[in-house]
Amino acid sequence: MKLYELTITKAREGLRKKEFSAVELCRAFLERIKALNPKIFAFLTVSEDSALAQAKAIDDAILLKRDIPVLAGIPFAVKDNILVEGVKCTAGSRILENYIALYDATVIRKLKEGGGVILGKTNLDEFAMGSSTENSFFGPTRNPRDLKRVPGGSSGGSAAAVAGDLCCFALGSDTGGSIRQPAAFCGVVGLKTTYGAVSRYGLIAFASSLDQIGPLTKTVEDAKIVFRAIKGKDPLDSTSLNFKIEIPELKIRGLKIGIPKEYFIEGIDREVERIINKTINTYKKLGAEIIEVSLPHTEYALAAYYIINPSEASTNLARYDGIKYGFSDKEKVDLMRFYLGTRQQGFGSEVKRRIMLGTYALSAGYYDAYYLRAQKVRALIKQELDKVFQKIDVLLTPTTPTLPFKLGEKVTDPLSMYLSDIFTIAVNLAGLPAVSLPAGEVKKLPVGFQLIGKPFEEEKILQIAQFFEQTQQ
Amino acid sequence: MILEKEVKHIAELARLGLTDKEVGKMQKELSSILDYMDKLKEVDTSEVKPIFYSLLIENVMREDQPQKQSLEKLNRLVKVAPETEKRFVKVKTILHKT
Repeated sequence: MKLYELTITKAREGLRKKEFSAVELCRAFLERIKALNPKIFAFLTVSEDSALAQAKAIDDAILLKRDIPVLAGIPFAVKDNILVEGVKCTAGSRILENYIALYDATVIRKLKEGGGVILGKTNLDEFAMGSSTENSFFGPTRNPRDLKRVPGGSSGGSAAAVAGDLCCFALGSDTGGSIRQPAAFCGVVGLKTTYGAVSRYGLIAFASSLDQIGPLTKTVEDAKIVFRAIKGKDPLDSTSLNFKIEIPELKIRGLKIGIPKEYFIEGIDREVERIINKTINTYKKLGAEIIEVSLPHTEYALAAYYIINPSEASTNLARYDGIKYGFSDKEKVDLMRFYLGTRQQGFGSEVKRRIMLGTYALSAGYYDAYYLRAQKVRALIKQELDKVFQKIDVLLTPTTPTLPFKLGEKVTDPLSMYLSDIFTIAVNLAGLPAVSLPAGEVKKLPVGFQLIGKPFEEEKILQIAQFFEQTQQ
Repeated sequence: MILEKEVKHIAELARLGLTDKEVGKMQKELSSILDYMDKLKEVDTSEVKPIFYSLLIENVMREDQPQKQSLEKLNRLVKVAPETEKRFVKVKTILHKT
């Protein structure tokens, strides 16, 4: 097996057994990035020198027979909306094209303390707004499984980097499906944590009540490892919480898997549905109890989400005004024209669309009809999900309604792009943990399925995911 | 269909410059998206309290004590601004002589 094909678990074993050094492991990825990134364009920035220095420090520690933490020496990629001190952080936007981060995000600090090796920053839809990575100011990333297709978004660069073996694991962010959907499109594992499980300090804010940072990995075991390393209460993020990790000894026999009937409707690609049904059958054969459930407000989740996320985004993106950092209009004009010009030139069209939508939904005269109403529907969606978990252990759904689509296929119709999030969105509205993992393939293209759990039950849903993963080996 | 003057008003509120072409395009796109949002009117929300966060936590407080920052860090913060003068971030005139 090539070094760049190793999982976190296997890489750590190899380092411990001194089969290779951390520097050799890091070089293997750097060489592969040099060879493949021009085609795939997963990385926006590669931090070669600092990565090698980080790797060397781990080799020194190993030489001194120091006990190394579980992620020490493991090379990973970071979505370019998560700050790494001293490294450019663009959010995929012209308005931050040359911005260099002044501090580490908390998750980065934790991974650095754990000896992780940062290979670089990955491409994303501008400000994490999108489902294909085609909204990046720097150009789209391509799906390593089919270069004519999108890797999904907005964490498309991270998903492609893991799928293309350009890193051992990656960090992404998920606001409406931005980790899970690209994980499904690229055939990797993607975990969105419970809202509050992972600190958002150092994550460029998009929608503050929905955003979460999470891992994209090659295996479910790897996702567990990264999750345990990044989770936890952070005084710098007052929405983060401490919670005890309960690692239940689960038996698949008798486990109650809920299948929400509203997630199996018209509009799903028939082949995707077939693979998901096969997955459900696999769990049935393993001894799980399959229970049909109903979540009647599912059909309103998309509309609620596409009011709430732009509203929060319009507020969060007000800070990009050309004064404190970033792109600024150089014309000699007054303050108003300066703001208008800076933001007109600095933001791409999807970002502008969402800022407009959000401003409209929050404006006097429309706040009640749109924003407030959406938050009430959100309450109903959450209530409904909380209630259904009284009778089941986990929900199983498709991650996406279609196979990965072709580049350019959905760019002209924003609404059609929004619809690719229908299965992932409710999870963010309710703040629940959810993982997407590979279910199978259709014509060599990956299909992902999603497991949704109760708040803070990441360990449980990951174990349930592993029961399926084991049958595929 | 959202009116052109509404689009221009919203753009000004958001401090977002839009070209005439962008205004037209935005009008069409926002209208079709907002039409889809009308779907939410089907839901009976009369007895529902809105939630703004999925977690049911109360306001998280801390002592109102400033954290000491190094001068070096403060200098870096100022340096990253597009226009500066000595240790200040430079901004456009806000108060005009009338």
